[in-house]
Amino acid sequence: MKILVPVKRVVDYNVKVRVKSDQSGVDIANVKMSMNPFDEIAVEEAVRLKEKGVATEIVAVSCGVQACQETLRTAMAIGADRGILVQTDVELQPLAVAKLLAALAAREQPGLVILGKQAIDDDANQTGQMLAALLDRPQATFASKLEVADGKAKVTREVDGGLETIAISLPAVVTTDLRLNEPRYVTLPNIMKAKKKQLDVVKPEDLGVDVTPRLKTLKVSEPPGRKAGVKVPDVATLVAKLKNEAKVI
Amino acid sequence: MAALVLAEHDNATLKPSTLNAIAAAAKAGGEVTVLVAGSGCAAVAQAAAQAAGVTKVLLADAPQLADQLAENVAAQALAVAKGYTHILAPATAHGKNVAPRIAAKLDAAQISDIVGVESADTFTRPIYAGNAIATVQSADPVKVITVRTTGFDPVAATGGSAPIENVAAVADAGTSSFVGREIARSDRPELTAAKIVVSGGRGMGSAENFHLLEPLADKLGAALGASRAAVDAGYAPNDWQVGQTGKIVAPQLYVAIGISGAIQHLAGMKDSKVIVAINKDEEAPIFGVADYGLVADLFTAVPELVKELG
Repeated sequence: MKILVPVKRVVDYNVKVRVKSDQSGVDIANVKMSMNPFDEIAVEEAVRLKEKGVATEIVAVSCGVQACQETLRTAMAIGADRGILVQTDVELQPLAVAKLLAALAAREQPGLVILGKQAIDDDANQTGQMLAALLDRPQATFASKLEVADGKAKVTREVDGGLETIAISLPAVVTTDLRLNEPRYVTLPNIMKAKKKQLDVVKPEDLGVDVTPRLKTLKVSEPPGRKAGVKVPDVATLVAKLKNEAKVI
Repeated sequence: MAALVLAEHDNATLKPSTLNAIAAAAKAGGEVTVLVAGSGCAAVAQAAAQAAGVTKVLLADAPQLADQLAENVAAQALAVAKGYTHILAPATAHGKNVAPRIAAKLDAAQISDIVGVESADTFTRPIYAGNAIATVQSADPVKVITVRTTGFDPVAATGGSAPIENVAAVADAGTSSFVGREIARSDRPELTAAKIVVSGGRGMGSAENFHLLEPLADKLGAALGASRAAVDAGYAPNDWQVGQTGKIVAPQLYVAIGISGAIQHLAGMKDSKVIVAINKDEEAPIFGVADYGLVADLFTAVPELVKELG
């Protein structure tokens, strides 16, 4: 079985972004970029399935600018076998990415697509579900446990209030939550090996997909600020303030 | 203009998050219809019919809708979607699971997690863990939206008397099935709806120590939450996680105990009315957003706090 793993290049999770003064967006010039952490969990899960003998090949896909090649190399250093970059300088929104991935899935015929539940930049949480819908395939989102056997995946999902387990028939789309696994550290020999792996570049036009943005960002602004309050010396003062000043208890 | 709201429920009760989504729908799309898709869920439809501002309730009642599988619920929404300009769901685990499937089938770019309605086609939503607020405009004929519940005050649960219309249920997609559920039973209020939340972080040190927070939560009638670090360390269950990728809460009072205040945690609680932080590290970033900070060892401060509350 082949597994397709979409990976997104995002601003590193340790970076606190700043809103540009002209409100046109956030300033991402010269900030550290990394693979979306949820996608890293997706690559790790695919590699584990290959190590168990469930998967035979792992194809990493990234959509975006040329620099996304670095993200693909990271995926290959974790253990993906080859990479595909759908290269474009157009701002890609989740629906466009889902369409690109659907077109690639039609070519590659994966048994499973595993991807992060959300990207930590736009926080949209859409792409996996949209891809499943476009392919008319079942989905298991927010996975914290994944078992594949007999043409089915048994997936435990993190839902409000606890956990839920569903069974979906393959091919299917799975999106990862934080507790699915802990991605391995990438070793130098594997980084070197990844450089020699196959990386193909295609354009959205080659896949017949119109990626024109559908949502227009009118402005990006600072969230309402929150100032630090006061330090209280002891518990008694804290309780008094909550009762008499804040009046919340 | 007309809006369709997907009801969140467990076949027995209507979840309060639906009332926040109805409030957003009324602002965005005029007349509000609520779709209740489930099995043996007539009581839910009746509750939805009483919600203020609801014009009509559609009830699809069939066994294949019992477990809220995304494939079937999305198909059900699509089956009744014609004529609506807005389709909304609360941005809960269920809403996030289902809404993008509907959007993709309608070839609409979904607007996730809105916190404000500027006009019928323009909405505000947080990005980058809430470090920026984007104002986005949709040109799609149908707007598919998930609603951050903390962004909208719920409509009144009673007072309305909308008619309930039965609609034909869609056939089972047959590609997914429900296996089981482990939902924690608790007498405490639900985390996202609680007026007071007591959260613990890595500073709690262990799962056993987390029990230290229970008497405090009991005293305050609070829900219990946790930081991602505490959940990752196994101190607290995953559904307690407050943060960018966990639950978003905005209670009247948020008490952060042994929580350092990572960006992704602040993203989940910084809209709380009053924030209290107890941490022994006076440099902890949580103090930068706390209204009242207490630099103290939590293991002495928490029992003391319980005692002081009488």
